[in-house]
This record gives sequence, structure tokens and C-alpha cells, in this order.
Amino acid sequence: MAHMTPTPVLDPSQDKTMVLNMGPQHPSTHGVLRLLLEVDGETIVRIMPDIGFLHTGIEKTCEAKFYQQVVPMTDRIDYLCPMTNNLAYCLAVEKLLGLEIPPRAQWLRVLLNELTRINSHLVWLGTHAMDIGAMTVFLYCFREREDVLRLFEAVSGQRMMTSYFRIGGLALDPPLGWLDRAKKFLTRFPGNIDEYENLLTSNPIWVERTKGVAYLSPEDAIALCATGPTLRGSGVDVDLRRDLPYTGYENFKFNVPISKDGDVYARYLIRVAELRESQKICMQALEGMPEGPTKADAPHVVLPDREKMKTQMEALIYHFKIVTEGFTVPEGEVYMPIESPRGEMGYYVVSDGTAKPYRVHMRSPSFANLQTLRPMCEGRLIADVVAAIGSIDIVLGDCDR
Amino acid sequence: MALEPAITDIAQLKDRPEVAALLAWNAAAVEGAKLDRGQLIVWLHRVALREACLTLKNDPALAYNALADITCVDWLPREPRFEVVYQLFSTSKKKYLRLKVKLQAEDPNIDSLTSIWPGANFFEREVWDLFGVRFDQHPNLARIMMPDNWEGHPLRKDYPVEGYR
Repeated sequence: MAHMTPTPVLDPSQDKTMVLNMGPQHPSTHGVLRLLLEVDGETIVRIMPDIGFLHTGIEKTCEAKFYQQVVPMTDRIDYLCPMTNNLAYCLAVEKLLGLEIPPRAQWLRVLLNELTRINSHLVWLGTHAMDIGAMTVFLYCFREREDVLRLFEAVSGQRMMTSYFRIGGLALDPPLGWLDRAKKFLTRFPGNIDEYENLLTSNPIWVERTKGVAYLSPEDAIALCATGPTLRGSGVDVDLRRDLPYTGYENFKFNVPISKDGDVYARYLIRVAELRESQKICMQALEGMPEGPTKADAPHVVLPDREKMKTQMEALIYHFKIVTEGFTVPEGEVYMPIESPRGEMGYYVVSDGTAKPYRVHMRSPSFANLQTLRPMCEGRLIADVVAAIGSIDIVLGDCDR
Repeated sequence: MALEPAITDIAQLKDRPEVAALLAWNAAAVEGAKLDRGQLIVWLHRVALREACLTLKNDPALAYNALADITCVDWLPREPRFEVVYQLFSTSKKKYLRLKVKLQAEDPNIDSLTSIWPGANFFEREVWDLFGVRFDQHPNLARIMMPDNWEGHPLRKDYPVEGYR
């Protein structure tokens, strides 16, 4: 929040530009983003993002919690893809511990992670289209998003703050019939994507507002630390699911859509293609879902089942010890990057050998991607800023942490 | 899956291309190296950081052309107190490398990487805001998360979790 008071960027001797304040309560800034626009008429000379309004000190709070208590904190960072954050954190701690995760838990993690990507991209598509003026798409997207949230609710008890992944596996096996419900939704979902595309992809107003708008060159994208669809939209072929597979992604076949155009339309096409790829990955996960446990065999880390805890002395002792004093993690440090719907979500966890993390740092994709607004917007019209913000798909909770 | 012990002996790691390239460039600047859980860490002297990043970026065999992250760890009461942590990434080789620089508590100053990667801007402002580590030649080293008139740097270990009341 560097610019709480508008900094005087005006030079009175050259009184040509003015400063326009956009946000933090602007509906198309996707949260509490404040932009200071220095404009010459309708043309943007300089753009300065001002963030930090949602900073809640999550990294500091994590240092005061046991390892397992950090999982619910990670949901609240990026509230559109809670499972991705859970997964990145759990993978980092599992790597510190050297834990092996059973295959069924891995496949369920992939399935839920891709459902989360669908959920996140649907919110992005709806709000992005609404910002530009297409209201109907928003209603269609939120209709399908509701189906995904119901699946989350059935599996974890929560629609948005799921906290379903645990260090060492999952909280529970999904309830009976849940996999069939997921399959039913995923079978009809490609038809829904066609619906959205019918409304937008060759709609002349949409194409006019997005094609050639907010261009980002591949050199700028790399230099400004952009990741995810923002980077792939500029033609840089990086997807961590394929390049550095985690949690069993090497067992799945999918394409990584890229485009060399670098404009808002290219980033739109990439995310819509990713919706289709995510649906394919989910179907593969459902078809090949292995049987077996969903928790690692590590009684000192993983809470025992409720049933065992109430009938076996040893399980009760482990339960008591984990809840009251946590579990210790061997000294060391790990950086665990994964591909979130927005880009590279990295968790840097440092352990000093105690039951609480010494340091948890979240490398959030929105924070880094926000810097690409400058090359996208400078020299262009004010109306294009809204399209540019939508196309990098920022979540301010993710940005400010 | 038992944990393998970390390798901290630089002589054993000098075959790794990253370590070899840095040693060939300036052996005096490399303070140490470690291979822990499959992740390579190299400690560098603080005056050598920017040049080392350029070396790693321009070497065609390594091509660490992207910066993934900058953060910091406060090791109070240990000295050197701060450890600034850089994650480099190669978009062509799909590899990560971690660089670390140790800084003394009384002089937490380091060169900014904004001249190599303009995207370092926000990360360095965040580290300045939350840890109080200064980055020389940064274009606008202002607070980014906390309000401008905030006192103290919240992620330092001597800053209470609930804040000063």
C-alpha cells in the first residue's frame, strides 16, 4: 500500500496529464485492487498498481501454528482455488518429511485439483465477460460452478474453504456415489463449454474488444516473472504439470495450449482450451481410479480413523500427541512449485526440526502477474485496462496474502 | 521413502553444471552448496549476486532466464541474521535453482535484480516491507503490503505475532 495518498506525479510545468484513481472499490478490479492511472486524454501514460488492502499476515500466522494447522490458512489465500493451495502446501511438507502418498489419494488429488481449475476458470470467464459487457456468460458459468461447488461440499463439507487435503493424504475417502456424481457432471460439461464458446469466440463485439488488445511480448512476460496462462498466451511453453510432474500427473495425457498472439483474446482461448483439458484429465482420473487407502501409513503424522481412535489404545495416544503437540519435521527447506489456475503457486517451507514451521512463504501467481499490467496498458485506452485486468485473472487474496 | 542425508560438501557437488559454472566464473564468490531432498542450493557472496545471476542467465547450457521468487528468512539470534532466497527457473530446461545470500543484522543491504528481471520489483519491495532488507538501485523501494506509515517489519522474528498493542 505504497500510495495511500495519491503521489503527485504531475509536473506543473508540463500540465498535460492527469491522475485518475481506479479502485479499490471498482467492480471490475476483481477485489480490492487500486490502480493509479496517469492519463493524457484517454491514453494511459503510466499505470501504478497499489496493493496490500487484503494483507492479513498469513505468512506470519503460519509460523505460530503446528504444521497441520496451516492447511486451513492456505484455503484463504486464493479463495477460488483452495485445493491447489492445500495441495502445494501438503506436497511441500510431505517432501520435507519424505512421506509416500498412496496412489488412490494421489489420483483423487489430481481429480479434485482439476475440478478446482474448472471452478476457478469458470469464475474468471464469467467475470471477465461481464467486465467487457457480456452478461449472459456470467450466469451460464455460475450455473456450472454451482455444480462443482456442490461436489466440493459433498466431499469436504464446505463449498469454498474445503481444507480437504491433509499432510499425508486426504481427510476422508469421498462418500459413496460421489465418483458417479462427478462423472455425470463431467460428461455433460463439454456441452456447456460449447455454449460459452457459442456466445463469445466468434462474437464480433467480443473479438473487437479483445483481439490485439493488451499485447504482452514473450520477452516481457519472462522478464516480469509472469506464469501460467499469462505466460503461455505469449508463446512460452511452460506447464509445471507436464514439465515437473507432481502428485502423479505423469500418468495423465493432456495437451498444453499455447498461443503466440499475446493479447486478451489469446489468453481467453487458452483458458477455454484448459477447461476442456481439465475435463479430460478428470475423466482419465475417474476411469483409472485405484482402490486402496487415502492416507499414508505414517501414524506419527496422519490422524488415525475415528473408529480406531475410539477402540485402540495406540491410535488414541497418537491422536492425542498429534493434536496437542503436533509432529516434528526434520530440519531442511523445500520449494514446491505447482501449476495453479493462475500460474506458478510455490510454497517455500523452512523447518528447524520442531512442530511448527520456521518460515512459510507463498509465491503467489497473482502477485507476480500483476506486474505485466504495465506493458499491457501503457499507451492504450482506459477502456482496455478492464480487459487487461480480466485477462491476467488476478485474485487479490492471493496477491496480498 | 526414507530421507537421504543432505550433501553439503562443495567438492562432491562440483560436477553439477550450476555449481561448476559458478566456480569457473568466480570461485571466491561461492560460499557453499547443498543438495537437500533433490533441490540444489548455492550460497553466494552478496557483492557477487547480480553478476552470478547474469552468468547463470547467459550460459546457454544452463539458461536460467526467469526469476521465480525472492523471499527472506530471519535467523535471529544467529549471525548472519538474514538469508535472502532467490528461486531461478529455466523456461527451456525446466529446472529450478535456489540461490541464497547471507546478510548481517546491522547492514542488511543487497543489490537489486530489477536491472536483470524487472519483475523482481514487487518481490524486493515485499522483502523490504516485511523484513527490512534494503535493495540498492531499486527504482521504487516503497512498502507494498503494509501502509506507508507503518513502523517495523512484521516478518522479523522479534516482531510479535499479534503486533505491538
